[in-house]
Amino acid sequence: MTAAPPPPDAPPPGATVPVGPVPAESSILAGNVVPPGEPGPLLTATDLSVGFAIGGSIVARLRHEERVLRAVDGVDLTIERGEALALVGESGSGKSTLARALTGLVPLDKGEIRLGERVLSGRRPRGDQRRIQMVFQDPYSSLNPRMTVVGMLHELLRVHNIVPRAEVDSYSRELLSLVGLTDDALHAYPRQFSGGQRQRVAIARALALRPELLVADEPVSALDVSVQATILNLLQELRRSLGLTLLLISHNLAVVRHVCDRTAVMYLGRIIEVAPTRELFAAPRHPYTRGLLAAIPRMAALADNEAPAVQGDPPSPLRIPAGCRFRTRCPIAQERCAHDDPELTAAPGRPAHVAACHFPLDPPARTIVGLSKVQEEPSPSQ
Amino acid sequence: MTGPVAGGSVVGGPVLGGSVLGGSGPVLEVRDLHVEIATRRGVVRAVDGVSIDVPRGEAVGLVGESGSGKSMTLRAILGILPPEARVTAGQVLLDGTDMVPLPTSALNRIRGPKLAMIFQEPMSALNPVMRVGWQIAEGPRVHLGLSRSKAAERAVELMRRVGIPDPERRFRAYPHEFSGGMRQRVMIAIALSCEPEVILCDEPTTALDVTIQDQILRLLSGLCRESGVSLLFVTHDLPVVAELCQYLAVMYGGEIVEQGPVAEVFAQPMHPYTLGLLRSAPDVEEVRSSLVPIPGSPPSLITPPPGCRFHPRCGFAEADCQVEPPPLRLLTGGRATACLHYERCEESLEAEEAAR
Repeated sequence: MTAAPPPPDAPPPGATVPVGPVPAESSILAGNVVPPGEPGPLLTATDLSVGFAIGGSIVARLRHEERVLRAVDGVDLTIERGEALALVGESGSGKSTLARALTGLVPLDKGEIRLGERVLSGRRPRGDQRRIQMVFQDPYSSLNPRMTVVGMLHELLRVHNIVPRAEVDSYSRELLSLVGLTDDALHAYPRQFSGGQRQRVAIARALALRPELLVADEPVSALDVSVQATILNLLQELRRSLGLTLLLISHNLAVVRHVCDRTAVMYLGRIIEVAPTRELFAAPRHPYTRGLLAAIPRMAALADNEAPAVQGDPPSPLRIPAGCRFRTRCPIAQERCAHDDPELTAAPGRPAHVAACHFPLDPPARTIVGLSKVQEEPSPSQ
Repeated sequence: MTGPVAGGSVVGGPVLGGSVLGGSGPVLEVRDLHVEIATRRGVVRAVDGVSIDVPRGEAVGLVGESGSGKSMTLRAILGILPPEARVTAGQVLLDGTDMVPLPTSALNRIRGPKLAMIFQEPMSALNPVMRVGWQIAEGPRVHLGLSRSKAAERAVELMRRVGIPDPERRFRAYPHEFSGGMRQRVMIAIALSCEPEVILCDEPTTALDVTIQDQILRLLSGLCRESGVSLLFVTHDLPVVAELCQYLAVMYGGEIVEQGPVAEVFAQPMHPYTLGLLRSAPDVEEVRSSLVPIPGSPPSLITPPPGCRFHPRCGFAEADCQVEPPPLRLLTGGRATACLHYERCEESLEAEEAAR
């Protein structure tokens, strides 16, 4: 479906190590499949904080601002083995920074990341770097323009010693077929690919190291709608065939709903609600989540004179409001919200649905999409 | 001017009469517009025979993927094409006057009081070293001849109208002091400042967060209703069109392949490309087992495929699709399609419905 332009210097078929009649995903599967019987979540992050120093101290003091932009501000997160977890939020909510912190691309100020049994240290040894891999938003800038696909893959495989040297070539081909590219793509440069194909290459590169967790930061937002579908389907397919654990960062809630089992909502550096995706869409408990969902454009005309779902702009992360950080835009904020910072607490009878709100919304009786679908399930009583 | 010229196609693009989009007569009529861009590799026919009517007080969505020519169409209408591009044929009629042959001096008297534009990136469209209030007041001073103080009053009023809080104080702010959503409100205030008849919108909400997009769409929809201004709204986001627009034109490869009232087109697409767009996008309302991408990639506009430009990617294509470019044919209910086998879309939808 997405054949790369044939490179002029493609090697003749059969010039490489012959590949036996092995199923395409076999050797990749070996590294990714969930080890049976291993207990506990794949990743547990506790009290993560990431800040960026900005500006001069005098200017900041005059403006009553902090000099540190707290992009991620005390986040607890667990990712179960084999699940697809979504991280959603507005721009500036810290979702990309959190993803980068988990991947080890930005240093932590505070907190602990535990992957399986192991606590990941600030400077990760190569063996730990391998275990969490990332796919970036823009496939036009995340691939080295001067390296062929085979060049990128071979470098990675050699450095990380993933497969014996003799198998590097056959493994590379396997990777490409896994992401739906032909062998022609091996010797092509990124510029020879379309956006969708580049994103496939980026996914192949991430999977090459047999990661336990794949972090995808807005993997389809730079692509056209018709191409987005191919990448989303590919991610779904990889989850099925490899048992891959996926952390998907997206601002597109339709994409999230399509792909993910569980969804975490971020606002100003905090996670404010986590729930199974269906439940979150059907019955959000945090007023921000409800507003976010209501703001999604629907396939219907806007009602006349209806107020916007969420009023105002998010505050600057340099001036995070005291108490509940959403209170400045919250339609139901009370006195208590101004000084009391709410913690993530579970809904009665539903431990998987947590929200950080003093006055969480009651799930039923609202016109939220897909409500009927959830009601079909035996829902635990309040 | 109003008689539909169904089937009266010229090679390279359909001609469409004025009555396709109902309503009270179009304020802006684009007739068989052709835009060519000279590149090193050859001449790109970016817009190839596009005809659109924008009825008074209504919003028309122009939808397509990147490279479909939708932004070029807007720029050609406003006469702000990049230097290497030019209009080679066609008319842009605003209140019956053709704007294409007009010199810049005459265009400058139209841009602002009659025709305004909102861009995708307000930060690059606004002047970074001029206070936003004076940027809003500039149009009324030049075009309406208002005094400095009167224009400033008007700017404050406009800022209040587009929902900028504390407008008297924000008048003196610079664009960098505004958030993305507030900058877009400034752009809207500038566009409204001389009470134009038509506002051209080039993906004005694409760079915004979903909550801010919601605010801006509601603002535009309200302005449309209250002031009777018409919108020509370019976007790739189908639900945005569904929320804001009454009419829709779908562009593919520099041509319009389908048009009609929004609700009907989305309920019952009559071109396989429109159907493909609807099937490939995930829907928040409904989780489908898998998305159906459109195979292949967009056509080259230097050497477009013969016949229907969509046929290499089309599941319904027949031999006759490759012979000559299908004209945009008028159907009932203000609909039009450029597909020779549009009934297949309906059959396909019915089969899908039956399979459920």
